[in-house]
Order: sequence, then structure tokens, then C-alpha cells
Amino acid sequence: MGQTTECQKLLGELSNLIDGTLSPELCSELEAHLKECTNCRIVVNTTRKTIDLYHVEESQMGMPEPAREKLWKRLELGDITPRGKSM
Amino acid sequence: MNEINIKAEKLSLDALWTGDKAEIAILVEIFMDPVYRLALRMTGSEQDAEDITQETFIKVIKSLPDFEGRSQLATWIYRIAMNESLMNLRRRKPAGSTVEIDAGNEEEDSAEIEIIDWAAQPEAELLDSEGKQQLDLAIARLPESMRSVFTLRDLQGLSIEETASVLGISIPNVKTRLLRARLKLRQDLSLYHRERLGRSD
Repeated sequence: MGQTTECQKLLGELSNLIDGTLSPELCSELEAHLKECTNCRIVVNTTRKTIDLYHVEESQMGMPEPAREKLWKRLELGDITPRGKSM
Repeated sequence: MNEINIKAEKLSLDALWTGDKAEIAILVEIFMDPVYRLALRMTGSEQDAEDITQETFIKVIKSLPDFEGRSQLATWIYRIAMNESLMNLRRRKPAGSTVEIDAGNEEEDSAEIEIIDWAAQPEAELLDSEGKQQLDLAIARLPESMRSVFTLRDLQGLSIEETASVLGISIPNVKTRLLRARLKLRQDLSLYHRERLGRSD
């Protein structure tokens, strides 16, 4: 990636850009750079997508039912049923 | 922090302190999946994640009378779960286990930036079984210090400040590790998608 000073600046601020925690001035400066730099646009988009994909995958992960039952037993919560949940 | 925190705030600390089983059951129900997911991301093993979840709640229940309520309940539970996960990883190392894939040197990462625009690929493809396997591999390849920050901040949705508090590190340190983790995961997935897109041509 042929990096300019602006590209390096963007990389350094990438997390803040994605999290929306940049100052308005720096945000406009980097947005202006993004309009002109295809490579930086790709880096920002693919980084956002990376985080998104992990979120989606994460939302599909849960403790398997047999493991839940074992946990309940180990904690001696046996006959206690959490509200709104059948164990 | 998120919906977990909102649910946790409704718990009665008085009931927890006195060992009220019904209240403890609600606490376990709220945090069971987050703790399991944290442990699974950190260790990459379902069996270890199950064991760590059990150990975490045993410690949580045992230590509840000492919990002073100064920090958030969630932060406190995540700290115990993270410590259990890290201890699990440490126990593997002396045996020369190959499970832990640690890139080691944090300083050498993100030197290369792969440019390939895979973000617009259909989600069904990005998250098919091969795609998911790559996500799991990429996170397993992260050094432990980056994986813990990414897991807490980006997957569990903790703030930068909460992540720093759970790990006992500074806020700048969290930010540095988070940026490196995100760049490294992006790089790994970009290399994979370059290869995969080449295959389908």
C-alpha cells in the first residue's frame, strides 16, 4: 500500500474513526482523505466488516444445553428456575 | 455497558450478599452466556470454556460477600472470568501444547496492509462454515494480550474504560492493543479472502 502521511494518520486513528470518538475537525479531515484514497476506504470498510462479522458470529454462540445443566448442578442451584426460563 | 449491565443493575446486592439462591440463579442466568463466550474466545475450546464458566461462577458465588459494589458487578465478574481463562492458557504452555497460537511479538504486526475489497461479499458466504472457521483461526492467532482486549471491547461490548479496569491496564494501552488487534484480524481475513476469491475465479 503506497502510504502517504494522510494514510498513516488515518491508520493511527482507525479505531477512533470506527468508534466515532474523533474530534469533529479530525473527522472531517479524515473523511476528506477517504473520499480521495481508495486504499484507505478499503481498509476502513474491511475493518468495519471484520468487527461486524465477529458480532454476528458471537450472537449465534451460546452455552450448549448439556453444559448449562451441568453448571446448574455444580452450583447446586438444582431446583431454582430463573424467572422466564425453563431449565 | 449494554443490556447485560441493565439487567445486572436490577439485581439486589443485599439478596446476593445474604446468599439468596433465587437471586444468585438470576445472576448466573444473566452472565452465563457472556462468560462462556469470553472463555471460548480466549481458549478456543468448548470443553475449557465450559470448565472456566463453572470455575468462574463458583468463585463469584464464594466471593459475593466480599464484593463491595464499588466497581460494577459485570466488570467484577468479567475480571474473574478473564483471570480463569488466562490461567487456563498458562497451564497449557509448559506441556508444549500447540493449541495456543501466539504471534509473540506485538511490535511487528500491522507492517503489511493487504488491500482487497471483500467487505461487499454476501454475508452468507462470509459466514459459511469455511468463513467462520477463518474467523476463529484469526482470533486464535492473535497474541493473548490483543485477544483479551478485542474480546472484551468488541465482542462483549465493554467500554475502553471498563476493558482497562477488567485487565488492570491503562486506557492508552487498551487503545493501542485494540487498534493492533483489529488491524491484525482485518489483515488475516483479507489474506484469506484474496485466496478464496482467487479460487472462485
